[in-house]
Amino acid sequence: MSNRSVVPFGPQHPVLPEPIHLDLVLEDEVVVDAIPSIGFVHRGLEKLVEVKDFNEMAYVAERICGICSYGHGFGYCDAVEHIMNIEIPPRAQYLRTILFEMSRLHSHMLWFGLLADGFGFESLFMDAWRIREKLLDMLEEATGGRVIFSINKIGGMRRDIPKEMLKSFRQRLEDLTEDLKVTVRTLLEDPAVKSRLSGVGVLTADEVETLGAAGPFLRGSGIRRDSRKLGYLAYDDIDFDIITHNDGDTYARTYVRAMEILQSVDIIKQAIEKTPAGEVDVPVKGFPNGEYMTRIEQPRGEACYYVKANGKKFLERMRVRTPTFANIPALTASLRGSELADIPILILAIDPCISCTER
Amino acid sequence: MKLSKSPWLLHYDASSCNGCDIEVLAATTPRFDVERFGIINTGNPKHADILVITGGVNNQAKSVVKQIYSQMPEPKVVVAAGICACDGGIFKDCYNIMGGVDKVIPVDVYVPGCAVRPEALIDGVVKALAILDQKRDAMKSHAACEINYDKNSDTKEKNQA
Repeated sequence: MSNRSVVPFGPQHPVLPEPIHLDLVLEDEVVVDAIPSIGFVHRGLEKLVEVKDFNEMAYVAERICGICSYGHGFGYCDAVEHIMNIEIPPRAQYLRTILFEMSRLHSHMLWFGLLADGFGFESLFMDAWRIREKLLDMLEEATGGRVIFSINKIGGMRRDIPKEMLKSFRQRLEDLTEDLKVTVRTLLEDPAVKSRLSGVGVLTADEVETLGAAGPFLRGSGIRRDSRKLGYLAYDDIDFDIITHNDGDTYARTYVRAMEILQSVDIIKQAIEKTPAGEVDVPVKGFPNGEYMTRIEQPRGEACYYVKANGKKFLERMRVRTPTFANIPALTASLRGSELADIPILILAIDPCISCTER
Repeated sequence: MKLSKSPWLLHYDASSCNGCDIEVLAATTPRFDVERFGIINTGNPKHADILVITGGVNNQAKSVVKQIYSQMPEPKVVVAAGICACDGGIFKDCYNIMGGVDKVIPVDVYVPGCAVRPEALIDGVVKALAILDQKRDAMKSHAACEINYDKNSDTKEKNQA
């Protein structure tokens, strides 16, 4: 008979950039159960609506997470703009789309590196982060920040991105494409990587759907669902397909994210082409009154922003549901039955963002 | 500047938003490349000389921070990276935030910024190195005193015998 033992994993662990704790119940080398406990990064920032007014909250919302910061800032602004019936100008819509895809690109490259590092492919980690720096350069030129951008405000954008800069972005992305393709191909076609990822943590389409997973985790099991297709911002005018894979294993999740890297480049190029001229913001008068929920596709999956206001300077409630939170039940399900040595890869493959989850 | 040793870093996210953490990682990658000085981001507190800590520390992270700090061998230096680690930053008013790493463990170098830039972080680590040297020298002279003391006590005992 095999022995049962419990191995604590985290909160401080070499493969984890962020703290999460798992109690892994093992039978020999096989995980029979994984019990997550979270709360190491909980700050309680939703309660800051009581001390920061609805304009300032846009900057607090960005700091929900430093990786998906752009999306959080935009999601919050979008919800408040809907409450206040503000129609933002078309140019701002397009610029927001471009920056959103840029942030998806840098987030995916970050994940790419961490995953490679997770199974010991350190040169690929360095390569991914080398390319990521070039993306951050563009984001910094456009917004002024590498990590926290704070370019969105209620009613549009704080500053315009000049035409020449957009043109240079196009060119630089063109130059990067070859690099990106080589890196993506290395990850997806390397036999060592393939054998490490294939068949690990398989979840069927039914399982991921009932467990409520989101984003590439969901699409890796063959479900075609992408909130970008809801048609917010300029996504309606852009031609792109939802990337899916039917295997439902770690390789499939990796495949979906890696292909989304190349897709994002394409979306940015299309958006730059179509960006109209004009203003980037509209004046905002009065205070919001009402409630709204925005759904957007973050790099890690669908995120929801609920805002309730009562006509005062301070909001009544802000609530965020983030993709990693939705992915945790499916993650623990995929851990069950896997080998102990595969745990870091399984966790990294969903691109966990604990700061988002706990806020 | 001459490095007296290649220090190893330990990084811990104590309730930060992730922004500073990815910048700590970015400092080790090709653009900034602190690894060329032999500075390695280790995952083991027992191998680390410098603790780079981000975030304002919440109640649950408090004991973890203390534990990691106590597991590091002497001499050790703590670098608070980012404004949240310095004094709580934008999350200062949150009910769950202690408001800075120095509320929990002693901090030697403060590096502000939201998020902290890799250049600033490297500057902070270089400052931390000087402090590490000082601490090591202090330990050496302290150890030397102890050895002398032991010798004295030996002779004392012999004399008594």
